[in-house]
Amino acid sequence: MFAAEFEYRKAGSIAEAVQLLTDNPEARLLAGGHSLIPLMRFRLARPELVIDIGGIAGMRGISVSGDTINIGALTTHAEIAGSAEVQQANGLLAEAASGIGDPAVRNRGTIGGNLAHADPSSDWGTVLTALGATVSVQGPTGSRTIDVGSLIEDAFVTALAENELITTVSVPTLAANQRAEYAKMAHPASFYSVVGGAVVVTMDGNRCTAASVAVGGLTPRPVKASLVEAALSGTTLTQDSIADATARLSEDLAAAGVDIIGDLYASANYRAGVAPIEVKHALMHAIGLAHH
Amino acid sequence: MTTRIFGSGIRRREDPRLITGQAAYTDDIKLTGMVHAAILRSPHAHARITGIDTAAAQSAPGVLAVYTGADTAAVLNPIPCAWAIPDSDLKAVAYPAIALDVVRYVGDAVAVVVAENRYQAEDALELIEVGYQPLPAIINPEDALGDGAPQLHEDAPGNQAFHWVAAGGDTDAAFAEAAVTVSETIRQQKLIPTPMETRSAIASYSSAMGELTIWNTTQNPHIARFVTCLVTGIGEHKIRVIAPEVGGGFGAKIAVYPWEMIAAFCSMQLGVPVKWTETRTENYIATTHGRDHVEYVEMAANADGKVTAVRSVVYAGMGAYLSTAAPGIPTILHGLMYSGPYDIAHIKADVYGVFTNSTPVEAYRGAGRPEATFLLERLMDKVADAVGIDTVEVRRRNLIEPFDNNRDVAIGITYDSGNYSAALDQLLGHIGYDGFRHDQGHEREHGTFRGIGVACYCEICGLGPSQVAGAVGFGGGLWESATVRIYATGKVNVFIGTSPHGQGEETTFAQIVADEIGVDVDDVEVIHGDTDITPMGWGTYGSRTTVVGGAAVALTMRKLRDKAKVIAAHLLEADEADIEYADGQFFVRGAPDRAQSIQDVALQANVAWNLPAGIEPGMEASTYYDPPNFSYPFGAHAAIVSVDPDNGHITLDRYVAVDDCGPQINPMIVEGQVHGGVVQGAGQALWEGAVYDDNGQLLTGSMMDYAIPRANLVPDIEVHSTVTPSPHNPLGVKGIGETGTIASTAAIYSAVMDALKPLGVTQLDMPLTPERVWRAIQESGHGNGHRHGHGHGHGNGHDHGHGHNH
Repeated sequence: MFAAEFEYRKAGSIAEAVQLLTDNPEARLLAGGHSLIPLMRFRLARPELVIDIGGIAGMRGISVSGDTINIGALTTHAEIAGSAEVQQANGLLAEAASGIGDPAVRNRGTIGGNLAHADPSSDWGTVLTALGATVSVQGPTGSRTIDVGSLIEDAFVTALAENELITTVSVPTLAANQRAEYAKMAHPASFYSVVGGAVVVTMDGNRCTAASVAVGGLTPRPVKASLVEAALSGTTLTQDSIADATARLSEDLAAAGVDIIGDLYASANYRAGVAPIEVKHALMHAIGLAHH
Repeated sequence: MTTRIFGSGIRRREDPRLITGQAAYTDDIKLTGMVHAAILRSPHAHARITGIDTAAAQSAPGVLAVYTGADTAAVLNPIPCAWAIPDSDLKAVAYPAIALDVVRYVGDAVAVVVAENRYQAEDALELIEVGYQPLPAIINPEDALGDGAPQLHEDAPGNQAFHWVAAGGDTDAAFAEAAVTVSETIRQQKLIPTPMETRSAIASYSSAMGELTIWNTTQNPHIARFVTCLVTGIGEHKIRVIAPEVGGGFGAKIAVYPWEMIAAFCSMQLGVPVKWTETRTENYIATTHGRDHVEYVEMAANADGKVTAVRSVVYAGMGAYLSTAAPGIPTILHGLMYSGPYDIAHIKADVYGVFTNSTPVEAYRGAGRPEATFLLERLMDKVADAVGIDTVEVRRRNLIEPFDNNRDVAIGITYDSGNYSAALDQLLGHIGYDGFRHDQGHEREHGTFRGIGVACYCEICGLGPSQVAGAVGFGGGLWESATVRIYATGKVNVFIGTSPHGQGEETTFAQIVADEIGVDVDDVEVIHGDTDITPMGWGTYGSRTTVVGGAAVALTMRKLRDKAKVIAAHLLEADEADIEYADGQFFVRGAPDRAQSIQDVALQANVAWNLPAGIEPGMEASTYYDPPNFSYPFGAHAAIVSVDPDNGHITLDRYVAVDDCGPQINPMIVEGQVHGGVVQGAGQALWEGAVYDDNGQLLTGSMMDYAIPRANLVPDIEVHSTVTPSPHNPLGVKGIGETGTIASTAAIYSAVMDALKPLGVTQLDMPLTPERVWRAIQESGHGNGHRHGHGHGHGNGHDHGHGHNH
């Protein structure tokens, strides 16, 4: 648990961080450190240069503008969970943030660092994919916007260039007729997602007019469940219609062409078997059918 | 009338320093000139060492020395095992501090680097080249005894460390005659104790004085000194062991490990203090584990559920070497407890200790008694099913009748006192057992699966009479000591031989002192954990510190009170026979206004200006207390769980504990001990388990994979008690440190099996992970879509408590 030797530089600005990354392609960015530091302490990551972006002004904080919530990449999970603005504008964001890891993780870990690390068992990828969030990324030639659903390409692989960093995460607010929920089977040691399902449904009374469903934890990247979405859309949501819709998830997973993750705690078979259950739980809760 | 301090739930005086970060653990200690050791550990579970090249490491930056097994073996004796169970053919195999030619588990030491700082030491470890010829490894203790299994030690053919049998009555006849017999195969999985503080030691050797001082995260510094003397050859009088703040032990800090002996060796070679602190990764492979049994157990009963016999064949994994107290755990602390709280006429325990290519096994909270309780409770449930009566009723029919002074049980030990049915009755009232059973039938019809489990237990602790310790092969005594000094100012120091490390005796022993002699509890300071300062004691484990050490403190106070009475009589110019004592005051009978306080007497005793003839100056006394018997705490616990059949997830909904530890010195501390114990037992039932692959690699090697219980996964634990004093010690106390762990694994497991009963699941290995439960439901044909009543939804619905937040 003692890291190998490395050089440490503290970036004063986004531009400086991008320049340092451009000059040192093997360098690693340090934000909250909750993914990178453990890897370094196990000596599984041995970067020669660590660029600390934690002190860069303007990369932290939450603002709501119209129907968009802008979250600085360095904003911690705890800040998102505790933000009255977030709770008001998109309760799912706050709820998902409050379920990440434990208080120590939430107090240090950042939303941008989490997305850039692209751990398949992360909650944010799944939740932000369902919510249709985007990230702003900055590189040497300027900035661009990427859907979170496209940002995460594979386990620990993103669409970011070596010298790009995430600066802002933008999430749509929820409309009055939208309900959103996230349900996960969490690993009891890490609270990482073993299987997670995030849903956003637009309701007209009991009828669902549009649905956005993503699953993660069991897949190398979050998977958008378009067949489940289609089955929900235009349907009056009941326990039975939800069960019928979520039964389509296996087809969505097959169509996505991803391997189902299996490990010591939960096999691929098990994860695939219970993924529809998590989505069902999320939907039932979203529309108030779940018992307490 | 003031509240009696004995029995008051005052706050723990240990806590302010712990919660403000002022406590100094071993790793916090920095000595002048101190250097740092890092140990190279075998990545193979079993391999022959074909060569070690340390040249590159020797010349790495900051490196002072690199040593291998050849170096340490020239100076250090092998690590001894201190519990040689008699009549068991025990093989005391060689346990070198650093492996010589064979490594026997992942974590076995291969070399040590000493450097100016720990980073340099870690970097240099990577430069050591070791040639290994891998050998086949064996992890399962039953398989390790089998023909053709890889052999660990030449001196232990067949990997058998020992074979121990204890029996009372005629089990074979009882089984032959029984109306009902039930059996079960139980896997008591290997557990990783995971104290918050990992192990650490600083060794400082003075060649000028020939003295060795070791700051050591130990539960028993005096035993550590004794063993250090055996390993290093330094005289016991020249060794000082200091246990600073110790951040939890749970049994894993009983053993004297090779690692602090390596630190001592390095300091002896280099003449400077050497610190070694294990990383968490190291902790998981190099600090002892617990449990690891494969058990075949059976119970015989009459048609009405009266149990007549219990017997077992147990394969207890010892790991690669015999740790300090390891052989005593599956034998004395397990096999002798097969009666539990029940009246069982015929008992036989047949226990094999087995070497495996895994981290050595030692005591882990409860140590043998959770395993005994689990098998009894599991078999009781099966007897209940077999004869068609309720699980609580079968227990009630078998509990030993109340007794207040000695009850022999068939296996040959004598319980101190017990009122087992009173604890069970209280438990059933608190949990609302009948109401739950009534609701449960209705819930099951609606597709909701809740279960209740009740575990009754009786355990052995307060270890113990030294004569018995000797008779069962324990390599030491089990008495305790206290020295109490009252100063001229009336303030009190208590020096104890035991070594509490989280159990709160700095507070409770002060309460004993205040209660016995009427001083303010804040005027008492309890000092422990330094062999140069404290009198001899055998350490804190087996829920013995308050039972044995507390008795020594109480008896010492009574000696001081007797001496004070003589002095008070002299100062009051009265006959000693006319002096009465109450609440810290000595006075002539009938004249309490003219009293001498204990502080007045202490002042006079210390200045010695006016003492009666024949009375020595000073106000100090010591007691060496050897208990006449063990103590036998008991109780009954109940758990209520919900199982989500769709994903196998278990929610622990309620937990009620009724424990009897005799009179409680501090009920708040008792409650805290029960909380911690229950949660650790829940960990075994639901989450914890060391998993190895076929090559002997620990797959649950970090806290990312090995799931210790988190606060948000357990409900409020409802703690109640009965009070049945032990007749064997002056305070009547029985011990509370392990009861929670002893009962809760069995209670929770039983509750889960009860919940799963309508789904046709009859056997599951622990931990009860969602996947195991889900698979069992699928395999029984009751999976999703095949279940009666499922259309009504289940009560725990979406909010199944595993990470979702509402």
